[in-house]
Amino acid sequence: MEHIPIIKMGEFLLVSIQVDMHDRLALTLQDDLTEQIVRTGARGVLIDISSLQVVDSFIGRMLGNIAAMSRILDAETVVVGMQPAVAVTLVELGMSLKGVHTALDVDKGMKLLRSSLSRPARSPAREKSDEQPDG
Amino acid sequence: MNSQTDKTLPISSTDDIVQVRHAVREMVVQLGFSLVDQTKLVTAASELSRNAATHGGGGTVSLEVLRDDRRTGLRLIFTDQGPGIPDIELAMKDGYTTGGGLGIGLGGARRLVNEFEIDSRPGEGTRVSIIRWK
Repeated sequence: MEHIPIIKMGEFLLVSIQVDMHDRLALTLQDDLTEQIVRTGARGVLIDISSLQVVDSFIGRMLGNIAAMSRILDAETVVVGMQPAVAVTLVELGMSLKGVHTALDVDKGMKLLRSSLSRPARSPAREKSDEQPDG
Repeated sequence: MNSQTDKTLPISSTDDIVQVRHAVREMVVQLGFSLVDQTKLVTAASELSRNAATHGGGGTVSLEVLRDDRRTGLRLIFTDQGPGIPDIELAMKDGYTTGGGLGIGLGGARRLVNEFEIDSRPGEGTRVSIIRWK
C-alpha cells in the first residue's frame, strides 16, 4: 500500500506531500501520523502542502482531523506552504480550516511549533529540558 | 455557440477522482485559464466526482470546450445512475450531508463556477452541469 513518508526530527514529525492525494492515501496518512505521534511521543507535526495544486473538502477535512487528533495526543500541527490559488479556492468552497495552524513556509512553521513547545508542557521536568533561549 | 465533447471519463470509485482532476487541469491549462480559475474548476470537479462516486454509485464526466465570439469556457457534465437526490434545495445547503462528509461539496462546487445546473430524479440518477468561463 502507498504511504507518504513521515520524517522524525527531534520532537517533531515532518511530512511533505509531493503527490496528488487520492482519498485512500489521505486516510492512510491520517492513520500513520496518529500512530507515529503515539509511538515517538512527538510534540509537533509539520505538514508541507506546497506541492499540492488542489485541496478539496476531503483533503481539507483530513488536515482538520489530523490537527484535532494530534491535539488530543498532546502534539500541535501546523500546515505550511499553501499555494495562494489553493487558499482562495478553499475559502470560496466554504472551508476555512478552523482549528488548523498554518504558516507561510517551513521555517515559519518550525518557529511556530517551537514556540508552542515553550508554553506550559506536560510535566515541569520536561518543560525545563524543552526550553530554548529565544524560542 | 460552439461546443464539442472532448473527453468522457468514468468515475467508478473514489480512485478515479485524481484522473478527473488531471484531465480537467490539462484542458484548462491548454485553454489558458488563470491559475486561480484553473484551481477553482479542478476543485469543483473533485467535489462533484466524489459525489458521483460515493452517492451516485459511480458515473461519468464529460468535458466540453465551449466557444463563442467573445469567450472560451469549459463545461463539465457529471452523470450518475444512483438513487437521485429527493430534495435538491436541502442537498445544496452547506453542512447537509448523508455521506458522513462535511456537506459542502454541492454548494461549494456551485460557488467555484460561473454556471451550475443540477437535475436529479429519485430512482433515476443525477446530472450536474458546470461551466467556468475564461
